[in-house]
Amino acid sequence: MMANSGNIWLVILGLGFGTFLIRFSFLGIIGGRQLPEWCLRHLRYVATAVLPGLIAPLVLWPDATNGETDPSRLVAAVVAFFIGYRFNSVVGAAIGGMLSLYAMQYLISP
Amino acid sequence: MTKTLSRSYFWQGYCDCSPFILIVAPFGLLFGVVATEAGLNLIETMMMTILVIAGAAQFTALALLEDQAPTFIVVITALAVNLRMAMYSAALVPHFGKASFLKRLLASYFMVDQTFAVAIKKYDSEPSLTLDQKLIYYFGCAAAVCPFWYVFSLLGALLGDSIPSSYSLDFAIPICFIAITAPMLKSLPHLMSALVSICVALLMAWMPYNLWLIVAAILAMMAGAKTELLLQVRLKRQEGKA
Repeated sequence: MMANSGNIWLVILGLGFGTFLIRFSFLGIIGGRQLPEWCLRHLRYVATAVLPGLIAPLVLWPDATNGETDPSRLVAAVVAFFIGYRFNSVVGAAIGGMLSLYAMQYLISP
Repeated sequence: MTKTLSRSYFWQGYCDCSPFILIVAPFGLLFGVVATEAGLNLIETMMMTILVIAGAAQFTALALLEDQAPTFIVVITALAVNLRMAMYSAALVPHFGKASFLKRLLASYFMVDQTFAVAIKKYDSEPSLTLDQKLIYYFGCAAAVCPFWYVFSLLGALLGDSIPSSYSLDFAIPICFIAITAPMLKSLPHLMSALVSICVALLMAWMPYNLWLIVAAILAMMAGAKTELLLQVRLKRQEGKA
């Protein structure tokens, strides 16, 4: 469960407004000026810098098992990664990952 | 004449972008379901989807909200995920820079991964397009994917409560992020940044207020940028030898 709904609204509005400002930044405000090369070089890695770190603890220590490492979830994560990496398919990776989670849970459960 | 032409550019954009409905629709559905499970009501879920229209950032916010992270950290981290759009914005300036303020405002609102990627590819391959043709094509792209994002989020939010916990949907967020990230790891710098991100996040997990994520992200960005530089230097050296 979540914190109170006041927090949720702050997140919705803050994230909505902030995201719009990012999108509007160059088109609306900064215009055609070039970003310095070192800045672009760092921006290129934002997604791969944030997302893996965000999910690593969720994969290793899931809340649903009270932080116990869960073999089914590990296998599902590896399968999703493999499909995404090898076949470049985001949807395929997501579906394959969830299906292998269910398969593992079915196999492991007595 | 111009009207039929502009209509054809709109539909070209619509058709070129429509394959991405296959990605956007399930993601939207999943967002609605996960948001509802996390405790957002229908209005909150839809406001987030409509105001933010950025799947990865929305999932990030949900994951951190569920983790009881402070509001400030939730917003900053989710915004960091969206920073890539500053690059999109910069890349669109040569194409839309002369459009009216209102049109640039609208184009900014609809700037998502799919519309940007499809549109910029078109502009690169057909440099002779006029400003209006480019804009109409872009909004055609947006019309193909954005409505599906809204509608499927709504469906997910309506379905959300009826899905039992045995479906382990808690794990849908990590799986989605793995699915989004894995295809990006094709170059050594990207791979390095992902590895540093994971290691630092796990080592620093003791830090309060989810600060570990910010530390991991900053170090990982530096690792990616540094690796890129080193590769360039090495490439130059090899060229020098050859």
